[in-house]
Amino acid sequence: MLQVDVRKQLGEFSLEAAFQSEGRVTGLFGASGAGKTSLVNMIAGLLSPDRGTIALDGEVLDDTSAGIHVPPHRRRIGYVFQDARLFPHLDVRQNLDYGRRMNGVASDPAQHRRVTDLLDIGDLLDRRPGKLSGGERQRVALGRALLSKPRLLLLDEPMGSLDEGRKVEILPYLVRLRDEGIPMVYVSHDAAELRQLATQIVMLQRGRVTSFGGVKVLSG
Amino acid sequence: MADITPTEWTAILLSLRVAVIATLVATPFGIALAWLLARRDFWGKSILDALVHLPLVLPPVVTGYLLLLTFGRRGLVGAWLADHLGIVFAFRWTGAALACGVMSFPLLVRPIRLSIEAVDRRLEQAASTLGAAPWRVFATVTLPLALPGILAGMVLGFAKAIGEFGATITFVSNIPGETQTISSAIYALISTPDGDAAAGRLVLISIAIAFAALIGAEWFARRATRRLHGN
Repeated sequence: MLQVDVRKQLGEFSLEAAFQSEGRVTGLFGASGAGKTSLVNMIAGLLSPDRGTIALDGEVLDDTSAGIHVPPHRRRIGYVFQDARLFPHLDVRQNLDYGRRMNGVASDPAQHRRVTDLLDIGDLLDRRPGKLSGGERQRVALGRALLSKPRLLLLDEPMGSLDEGRKVEILPYLVRLRDEGIPMVYVSHDAAELRQLATQIVMLQRGRVTSFGGVKVLSG
Repeated sequence: MADITPTEWTAILLSLRVAVIATLVATPFGIALAWLLARRDFWGKSILDALVHLPLVLPPVVTGYLLLLTFGRRGLVGAWLADHLGIVFAFRWTGAALACGVMSFPLLVRPIRLSIEAVDRRLEQAASTLGAAPWRVFATVTLPLALPGILAGMVLGFAKAIGEFGATITFVSNIPGETQTISSAIYALISTPDGDAAAGRLVLISIAIAFAALIGAEWFARRATRRLHGN
């Protein structure tokens, strides 16, 4: 379960959001500038709230009144960014392996195989990110996050930088990912996308949560 | 070129040794400082930045004199190092390396700082979400991506170190075989009658070294761009 109750002032913009979600896929819905990315950055630990708490499965990750801020590398929260952010100096195989190496976990060829099969990236392993298409890059980014064995996966508009054709290419993989059972927070400004993927919706408008509930709130 | 005398060879080899040691010792400090200037905000940052660049704008003789006051036998740091660690800089080749290291430091730091600034911080964030502690983010993402800039800084620093004259001669004088580098050998030769031919040879050699260093730096810079674009 993810519990969020945070405030953050970012220049002129103030973000004040509270929700808790038990959903497998929490859809964070809102127009651009609503504060979605700032909110997931706080969940990831990349941004500290000015005030408030964030907890995941009962473990406190942020509690400003107690002075707790667990740094991102100790949160075990995977993050798939809109712009993939693959390491340009490493090939696909090394990118996929990065999380395992950093966490000092023994290699697990079966898991590796499963993830590369799931995302159809087995043929890309020896390539450099510069030689991948946008859709391929995003699939590798998904694989890289998955293989770091996160307990929560944040996806910030993972299809945002792709054209329509590429979106169609990625969507089935996201559905497969959802059915893997890892809890996800999926950020999007596209209601249709969230209807296909999310099980719960948090609607964000100008830094405030305006509604919360099942996928139905998207039509309301 | 075949008639390079042993004295000239000694100066050339000493210059190379001084410049190599100066560059190798200065590089870790240069990386640490470049990272601090590129990535951190702290009180006194602009003062530190100015301090790093000081040898570039101060008359070299002033830097050399300050080194003599600080690291000379009776200098505050020099006396302590001599008494406790047995390290002596005054009138030794090590002093020449120190002078060259200090004088070339601004040129070493600048490309490293620029290349660290050019490393996409969003990649560092991505690394941290994958479980990398800050020092591992630095070692596995920042440093490799900045590497061509680091090499370029080392090449430039080396080129500056090998040509350094003013601070070196002020600090450690011009002792053949101990502190007489190419530059100070040229200086000695042009003030002696019939020294022109030998001076000319050394001049050509220093031009060749400088050229090679600049071309090397350019090559590394081009590699840096390619590397950052992921090809």
